Amino acid sequence: MSGLTGLSATEIAHRVAARDVSAEEVTRAHLDRIAEADGRIDAFLHVAPERALAQARRIDADVAAGRTPPPLAGVPVAVKDVLDVEDVPTTCGSRILDGYRPPFTATAVARLEAAGAVVLGKTNMDEFAMGSSTENSAFKPTRNPWARDRVPGGSSGGSAAAVAAGMAPAALGSDTGGSIRQPAAMCGVVGLKPTYGRVSRYGLVAFASSLDQVGPIARSVEDVARMAEVLCGWDPCDATSARIDVPVFTSGLGGGAAGLRVGVPWRFLAAGVDEGIMGAFRAAIDALRSAGAVVVDVDLPHVSYAIATYYIVATAEASSNLARYDGVRYGLRAGGADLRRMYGETRDRGFGPEVKRRIILGTFVLSSGYYDAYYLRAQKVRTLIRRDFEQAFATSDVIATPTSPIPAFRLGEKTADPLQMYLADIFTVPANLAGIPGLSLPCGFAGGLPAGLQLLGRPFDEATLLRAGHAYQSITTHHLARPPLS
Amino acid sequence: MARVTVDTVDHVAQLAHLSLTPEERQTFARQLDQVLAYAESIQALDTRDVEPMSHALTSEALRDDVPAPELPREKVLAAAPDADDGLFRVPRVLGG
Repeated sequence: MSGLTGLSATEIAHRVAARDVSAEEVTRAHLDRIAEADGRIDAFLHVAPERALAQARRIDADVAAGRTPPPLAGVPVAVKDVLDVEDVPTTCGSRILDGYRPPFTATAVARLEAAGAVVLGKTNMDEFAMGSSTENSAFKPTRNPWARDRVPGGSSGGSAAAVAAGMAPAALGSDTGGSIRQPAAMCGVVGLKPTYGRVSRYGLVAFASSLDQVGPIARSVEDVARMAEVLCGWDPCDATSARIDVPVFTSGLGGGAAGLRVGVPWRFLAAGVDEGIMGAFRAAIDALRSAGAVVVDVDLPHVSYAIATYYIVATAEASSNLARYDGVRYGLRAGGADLRRMYGETRDRGFGPEVKRRIILGTFVLSSGYYDAYYLRAQKVRTLIRRDFEQAFATSDVIATPTSPIPAFRLGEKTADPLQMYLADIFTVPANLAGIPGLSLPCGFAGGLPAGLQLLGRPFDEATLLRAGHAYQSITTHHLARPPLS
Repeated sequence: MARVTVDTVDHVAQLAHLSLTPEERQTFARQLDQVLAYAESIQALDTRDVEPMSHALTSEALRDDVPAPELPREKVLAAAPDADDGLFRVPRVLGG
């Protein structure tokens, strides 16, 4: 990664605005990088060079005509294949959407393009965003640019790997239980899951509707803030999007960490965290302290129930959302003797094992006789988890944990045991259940593999997370490390 | 608490319109039993007087019910596996 593909999103926007470089040159450099490097990473499912170059030329023409350059002028972005881009295939990592070209564009993507960003293509993911390794893609696994025999994390593994490998300075992901933050951590990049309701989900393929959120991935907090500024905001097409003002995140970045109260739930971190990850985490807390932050102990007594709660709530919602894949309106159709057999054969052939497993679990916990014991009880525990955070935020401004308890694992290492895979989401799922924002940023290495620091914030207080993250990156260099991939 | 058997998987698969292979039925029964055994930890919590939380919305979600232009019909139907005369076509529903 060097030259134009080594630039940050912020630098690209500035240089394109100053006509120091054209959006077309920047786009070509990234398309070349994809052509040269993606054979070794498999981050992309679909590259759209003509569409990208057409948009780049539009930006260049606007700048040449003297129009005010937009905030992401000429910034190439990779889009997780869970978000629709009109007339570009959406697969969601699944065979069941075979041949589908959506008739509309997701609001998150439309906002980026209106701000001058250039969509390069669609990135690989666990099928329907169900997974923590990108191995559940129906098409191919993605490899971690830091160690190609390891997973990039998931489910937004393609987006995180593309950014880490210099194929895009920024990307979009989606996060239902950690799917932006965990791959960002495992690939050594920055990822933000905004507050539930902060970013429109119009055009996002639904997995678990009370948990899903769209967010940016980039190589610095500054770039993530720049993306978030464009992405956040009310959208009449999404009834769950919030009518709450969006601060200019980039202007607030320089506020520093002096006096910031950083809560650490030490008791929650006491067991099950890899030693190297824990060492990097402790060093990060020390760095924040040296920048003037006040570190306080917080208790989150119910978060140890978060995984159990999450895999009931998320699968229940998924079983309902995925009922729409019936071979009628889009994608694959199999069988056809009669309607019932067509449904069953389409879904059997179209869905992979993890999706089937979650549909079965979700249907079970919602089924007659089990609803109260599982689904209703999980919803109540969700309330308890949210209260834990409300109480913790009475004495802290952000809460810090490792993003993932383990560094990137080997391809195939956890595929045989779904429960072990689920347990690796322990630090990320609580934020989705509570609906609060979370930021993951690189904080060093564990056995040569990237370690992630997670900062959680109050609802709609992304500004404090980004300010804290930027303060950390101002006094450390972990985010400047690049994978050895040539 | 109920544990998952192959019969449970069959019943639930039917509800979810999933056709499963014999191996899938065996594997899912075993794996789902493990996951549910783990999920049973929440049974130990006292949740009396706790309201269930179905979403994390903090603001009013309802909008005015105003008609607005929808996607063009031809464009939507173009994505369908089978369409005819402005409609989705499906296999026989009754009889046979």
